[in-house]
Amino acid sequence: MANPAGMPVLEPAEGARDQHMVINMGPQHPATHGVLRLVVEIDGEIIVRVYPEIGYLHTGIEKTCEAKFYHQVVPLTDRINYLDPLANNLCYALAVEKFLSLDIPPKAQWMRVLLAELSRLNSHLIWLGTHAMDIGALTVFLYTFREREDILRLFEAISGQRMMTSYIRIGGLALEPPLDFLDRVQAFIRTLPEKIDEYSNLLTGNPIFRNRLKGVGILSAADAIALGVTGPPLRASGVDWDLRRDMPYSGYENFEFNVPVSNDCDCWARYEVRLIEMRESVKIIQQALDGMPEGAVKADAPKIVLPDREKMKTQMEALIHHFKIVTEGFAVPAGEVYQGIECGHGQMGYYIVSDGTAKPYRVHMRYPSFPVLQALEVMAKGRMLADLVAVIGSIDIVLGEIDR
Amino acid sequence: MSEPIQLLGKAAVLETLGDHAAVQAIVAWNAEALTDAKFDFGELTLTIAPEQIRAACFTLQGAGYNFFEDLTAVDWFPRSPRFQLSYLLLSLAMKQRVRLRVMLEEASPAVESITPVWAGANYYEREVFDLFGIRFEEHPNLRRIMLPDEWKGHPLRKDYPVEGYR
Repeated sequence: MANPAGMPVLEPAEGARDQHMVINMGPQHPATHGVLRLVVEIDGEIIVRVYPEIGYLHTGIEKTCEAKFYHQVVPLTDRINYLDPLANNLCYALAVEKFLSLDIPPKAQWMRVLLAELSRLNSHLIWLGTHAMDIGALTVFLYTFREREDILRLFEAISGQRMMTSYIRIGGLALEPPLDFLDRVQAFIRTLPEKIDEYSNLLTGNPIFRNRLKGVGILSAADAIALGVTGPPLRASGVDWDLRRDMPYSGYENFEFNVPVSNDCDCWARYEVRLIEMRESVKIIQQALDGMPEGAVKADAPKIVLPDREKMKTQMEALIHHFKIVTEGFAVPAGEVYQGIECGHGQMGYYIVSDGTAKPYRVHMRYPSFPVLQALEVMAKGRMLADLVAVIGSIDIVLGEIDR
Repeated sequence: MSEPIQLLGKAAVLETLGDHAAVQAIVAWNAEALTDAKFDFGELTLTIAPEQIRAACFTLQGAGYNFFEDLTAVDWFPRSPRFQLSYLLLSLAMKQRVRLRVMLEEASPAVESITPVWAGANYYEREVFDLFGIRFEEHPNLRRIMLPDEWKGHPLRKDYPVEGYR
């Protein structure tokens, strides 16, 4: 800096230059999206180290699963990633179905895809609203939560629950969706692209939003792969990988969609990738609505799938099966399986070890927010403290799935 | 659905899946380190001798399994060997997974850390250390991750009760 008019220059005291300050961000901080505590070492306002301290939400869900029957685990899965509930249900159900070699009827598969995409939209809408709010663009939050409310109403219509749906079960769906459900989804999908334009109009051209995100939080493709980063942050780092397309599950091979990839590697790229992903989800839901097959929504496996309420009350066989499943569960062949799916935040996976009894011997969940925290330091190092808020927003974490 | 293929034992896997990229790479590197193998529910599991796991990971990373997806443990109490570590590797190019399995004895279970191969294994190894009490040698920061530092015991072990603790 120039020294106008011979003002005395204040030099820092001897040794002061070497002193870093350590501050705590969180665990109660609105920008950490939950109870995440970051121990940040700063030099002036420049970040030297970021050390995430987690576990505040640890409830031992993996241990709890070991004491439950297979079908009793389904409601636990919702509570892990509460912003993307149906993806959790889907991943667990697919993993158990892999053991049982169940044939899932086409309608159930298409409904699962439709619901998983609605759930992804739900997750992305919350991310967009909160991320923009962290940066200071408050308005978008109100808009995205308006649409999220519509999605929650749809969830409520099918399952009676707004967030903890437990609607996708082992062997299909919990029950038939209501008659007007597909029309309601259609009405929602028809208006959503305009709404996404609306968010884009508010943010994409907004110079404050742009400057806070562009060039911030750089994560190279090599670092992303080494650190186990998946989902939109991985694709924003230029790696063209999406499990829905590359290792399809639950009938995703029947759908056409693009996988957005960006080579910019920064927070802005993550914003753009997610925005395009929302539009692609709308396309997938439209295809699911257009081609929705007729038929049952549960597999024909009376010893595994609970009978319809109506049958249970009128038929002796169904009542016996119902009683058996509820009181004794069902045995699953011994072995180990892993099922990965692409949820809103990235790659989710369930690893289940069975010892041949009716309770899982071990359930482990691989959730995308857990490894992505390791990339936080890489992305924030050498940047200003305020950029940390933008970086945390851009990786879209849910603390429920980190701590489990 | 057709009956799924099931191959149990090293010999059966080597015979039928000899052209699988992971099997080829491991056999070419050190066939002795491969102590067991199975192919079940469409998933390949290779059991590696505990002291060779890091080298095996380096080998498979070179063979195209470039993405470390997951690491966890299973407690087979009271069986021996008691602990099983399951490493899940993914190849983005070949679009397939392989699971590496390491069996560890009950007395002071420890294995080499694979953080030099994939830095992303850091948190997973800390989680296994925290919840199972398996140590990872040469890990850069082996501390509890979920539970408080002063916690006693390792909750995911089978001899740790689900309820009624303390």
